[in-house]
Amino acid sequence: MLHPTSATRPVGWMTRRPFRGTMSDLLSRIATDRSEDAFRSLFKEFGPRVRNFMMQQGADAGLAEELAQETLITVWRKASLYSAEKGSATTWIYTIARNLRTDHIRRQRAWQELTDEHAQKIPSDDVPADEVMDARQRQVRVQTVLKQLPPDQVEVVKLAFMDGLPHSEIATRLSLPLGTVKSRIRLAYQKLRTALEDLQ
Amino acid sequence: MSTVITHHPDSTTLLSYAAATIAEPLAAVVAAHLSMCPRCRAEVADLELLGAAIMLSAPDCSSGAALKVPARPADVAKLADGRVAHSNDRLPAPISAAYALSLDSIPWKRLGPGVWHHRLALRQEGDGDLRLLRIAPGRKMPDHGHGGAELTLVIEGAYRDVTGQYRRGDIQDVDEGIEHQPIVDTDGECICMIASEQPARFKSLVGRLTQPWTRM
Ligand SMILES: [Zn+2]
Repeated sequence: MLHPTSATRPVGWMTRRPFRGTMSDLLSRIATDRSEDAFRSLFKEFGPRVRNFMMQQGADAGLAEELAQETLITVWRKASLYSAEKGSATTWIYTIARNLRTDHIRRQRAWQELTDEHAQKIPSDDVPADEVMDARQRQVRVQTVLKQLPPDQVEVVKLAFMDGLPHSEIATRLSLPLGTVKSRIRLAYQKLRTALEDLQ
Repeated sequence: MSTVITHHPDSTTLLSYAAATIAEPLAAVVAAHLSMCPRCRAEVADLELLGAAIMLSAPDCSSGAALKVPARPADVAKLADGRVAHSNDRLPAPISAAYALSLDSIPWKRLGPGVWHHRLALRQEGDGDLRLLRIAPGRKMPDHGHGGAELTLVIEGAYRDVTGQYRRGDIQDVDEGIEHQPIVDTDGECICMIASEQPARFKSLVGRLTQPWTRM
């Protein structure tokens, strides 16, 4: 993909990618000002992506739309609980979407949600600026790792996260031994850890 | 409250937890471990970052029909502030919350001399098996092979096998085909949580546990 220079950048480019760096701003406008404008921006940015995620996970168009709306409504409701210390805003939206999908598509208890609620957390109202920076850097690094992974590793990782396939079903889908799927996942994971190791 | 945890889930288990593709009983055990293990919590957070990156970069496969922006959602009168009062119970918080149990309120059922169990219900029967086991000091757990994935988390006491000693917070993530014969330490009973993605397999373990003492 080409990086548009300022001369060739099409009109509207900035509005098409508003979440980069400003996601937290949108969330804090939702949290403190209950800004409907911010909510609409957030919805336009994330709604279609979450719907796409739900369809990939096996929901039909109607259910996917419902779950996408439910995801963003949860963001609206819980925005005041979001803190940058917990990690990136996009992770937060991903976990809300994932938990709704576990509950409504897989029909299992979303244990991940229980962990988040019950893990011992240190209450903190002001997050040090360098921690916010770290969270942002982590996100950028993870995106870079994802782009640099070899195709066979990207494939298994995407089948897990996007298609919601357990390791054994990935093995069946790709006609590979389970051990091969697991070792590809371990290799991808190792690259992720290496990319993040100097950020505490 | 310094629990020194030395055995963690395999990275493939953590990934399937972050992607929520893991069987429900195994997810419960990982959740319980995470509530005690900051290291794995941080690793899962990084995997969730990866999940977010994948979800947001995926090409749109939907018909492209416009998505209706919902009306301004109603505000909920009062939301808990998300920091649940932290109980001092020794049962991991996600488990005590999900089943309204504490370590001394578990309705143990005797399986045989020195062995008790309590089965934890899953949303869907057939999704595997989740139970708490309580085993007397010095007792041998029976040898068993593994078909599907199986996770054991120690809640109280300790046991050991050829792969090492497992204490509170430690998780044993057993690869298929590994034979091991855990023995509970002699200085106290051991309470652990065992999850299996295959109901039959775990039943056969309980069956073997039971067989010498009861005739089933
Ligand atoms: Zn751990």
